[in-house]
Amino acid sequence: MRIITRKVSMLFAVAAALGLVSAAADARDFTIASWGGTYQEAQRNVYFTPFGETSGTAFLEDVYLGGWAQFQAMQDTGQIPWDVVQLETSELVRGCEEGVFVKLDWSRIVPTGDLLPDAVTDCGVGTIVWSVVIAYNADTIGTAPASLADFWDTKTWPGKRGMRNGPKLNLEYALMADGVAPADVYAVLNTPEGVDRAFAKLDEVKPLVQWWEAGAQAPEWLAAGDVELSVAYNGRISNAQKDGKNLQMIWDGTIYAIDSWAIVEGAPHQDAGYDFIRFATDPGRQAAFTKAYAYGPTHNDGIGMVEPERAMILPAGDNLATGLFGGSQDAIDFWVDYQEELTERWNRWVAQN
Amino acid sequence: MTAPAGSNLEVKLRRAQRRRSFTSFLLVAPLLLFILVVFAGPILSLLYFSIDDPKLAEVMPRTAKIVTAWDGAELPGEDAYAAVVEEIRTGYANRTVAAAAMRLNYEISGFRSMVMRTGRKIRRITGPPYRDALIGLDERWGDITYWRAIKASAGPYTTRYLLAAVDLERRWDGSVAKAPPERTIYVEYLQRTFWISFWVLACCILIGYPMAYLIATSGRRTSRILLALVLLPFWTSLLVRTAAWVVLLQNKGIVNDFLLLAGIVDEPLTLIFNRTGVYIAMVHILLPFLVLPLYAVMRNVPPDQLRAAASLGARPVAAFLSVYLPQTLPGLGAGCILVFILSLGFYITPALIGGASDQMLSYLIAEFATRTGNWGMASAIAILLLLSVAALYPVYRGLVRGGTGFRFG
Repeated sequence: MRIITRKVSMLFAVAAALGLVSAAADARDFTIASWGGTYQEAQRNVYFTPFGETSGTAFLEDVYLGGWAQFQAMQDTGQIPWDVVQLETSELVRGCEEGVFVKLDWSRIVPTGDLLPDAVTDCGVGTIVWSVVIAYNADTIGTAPASLADFWDTKTWPGKRGMRNGPKLNLEYALMADGVAPADVYAVLNTPEGVDRAFAKLDEVKPLVQWWEAGAQAPEWLAAGDVELSVAYNGRISNAQKDGKNLQMIWDGTIYAIDSWAIVEGAPHQDAGYDFIRFATDPGRQAAFTKAYAYGPTHNDGIGMVEPERAMILPAGDNLATGLFGGSQDAIDFWVDYQEELTERWNRWVAQN
Repeated sequence: MTAPAGSNLEVKLRRAQRRRSFTSFLLVAPLLLFILVVFAGPILSLLYFSIDDPKLAEVMPRTAKIVTAWDGAELPGEDAYAAVVEEIRTGYANRTVAAAAMRLNYEISGFRSMVMRTGRKIRRITGPPYRDALIGLDERWGDITYWRAIKASAGPYTTRYLLAAVDLERRWDGSVAKAPPERTIYVEYLQRTFWISFWVLACCILIGYPMAYLIATSGRRTSRILLALVLLPFWTSLLVRTAAWVVLLQNKGIVNDFLLLAGIVDEPLTLIFNRTGVYIAMVHILLPFLVLPLYAVMRNVPPDQLRAAASLGARPVAAFLSVYLPQTLPGLGAGCILVFILSLGFYITPALIGGASDQMLSYLIAEFATRTGNWGMASAIAILLLLSVAALYPVYRGLVRGGTGFRFG
């Protein structure tokens, strides 16, 4: 009875929130969900359409909005609208633990040694390396910054700074700027003193910070002169360069992570899912994708197939030398554990002047 | 028993009445059904989600049962440890324990990874005594606060989300206390939500009342044009209007360009990513909701009454205050309530135009519902918002009745 009440009330909530989901879920075509927008358009050209043509598989696309809501709805309603989804490591690990994603049979994909070690996990096949960097507008800046520490140098760069609104990324940046080695960041953050230290370091720049909600805002603000320096996704900065904006980035202290393909547990087209992921993990296709979007390949042979001048602006190789990997088990454990508590603290901190 | 003739008629009459009320019920039935499905249903399920707490008991039923019976004063006995070992073992193998671990993490941050790490190493425990073995894996299993957290999560219902939404928490002994300062944000957000809504309403009245008066009293042509000006933005999507304000208000935006060009300011004003921008955009978006009901009422106020008041010696201000204003109060009341309630629920406009300290309660609801998937907390905050709106109902009643009272009294 309790279960029935739960189901009924869940139906109300989900129907109200998402519109009525098609009842004929198992009759749908093979469905891939990714981040939408121009990013998914590039994926369509390089991966989806060629896969559909070579394999003769009819496919549908959907957009994953990030976060946990869509997987929660799948768990609660048993409706599985996607077969394959691309997502960040924190949701991947949580979903793998909670049984939302299939534990992969890697023999059906590629030899695990062909990929970056961090791209191989129980439930996910890494497909891109993305990163956040410090960016600036080279047309208007006096002296170009060179390191993460410069972001905290308010004498040389007294202008506004753009940062993402939320504790993730910022606490890490703060500790690195405060002299913590990238390898030790999560060990320090795991102590209450470490978190206090990160907030204290952020206090130094807080009066100058304009917080962004969406990744698109950072390059817009830099181009419009709203901010002098900004934390930004490297791919967004490269796209702005393509549009003729003279935005530049520095790689010191970059935080990088991996997005992976995962197959949803209970999805009807799991074989097609494996076929698609194998198809998309080809180094040549990954290299082709880096031309459309400035994210690094995960296949070891991928970066060698990219022209050198393009490779220079990708989160790969030497660019990551002083960077922090934000997709490690330590990082994920920390953020899944402390996300809510730190977000509450963040929302309180950020509103105090 | 045979009924007398008189009451027979009565029965017939009553039957006819019943039939009539049944027909009228049928007529409103679609509406009733609609309200039940799209209004009452979601609100009830919202209430339910904010107290529902089944996760731990689903995954670890034996543990839940034992800790429910446990008084929480001292570490529980060997049977509790045995139950935890067994249920983490099976739950880890079939990937169900993570959901329970997530629930425990709401009580103590870090509990989730503690359970998952225990799961990874659980095969090392081969037999009793389980208590020593579990503490050997992670010494926090010997810390009573973690056991109290399990007790608090044992379900099937919880008050933690509702309490947290008003910055309170329940201690293990059942007493309710204030949450630690770094976690108390919800009341502040509620206050800010009301504060922003209040100022938006004040600006709307200041701009909207004269505007409605102008529309209601000017000639047909002018009033039609003015009305179109009010209605035109009304037909544009909220998101589009918000995005348009971003373009207008930014540092190198049209408003600042104009001000600089006209020499009114020397440096661009900061009109965006702060409270000013939020007020400007929200007032613009909500203004029609005040102007339209006001206009409807003002159109029906006969202009001769003001002239009559003047001829009886009232000064313009006195005539306005004692003759005109009271008659427009019902429209003003309805408009105020519309604007205020709508602005309480604003999300996208403050998110895009406001800074970090200009976000309202809906921002937190979105955060919990989409990012972390904590529907209990999202529902609890939604209820907080709902109750604050419901609290305004008597104010509305008072305003409207006050208005009609003036009109007929």
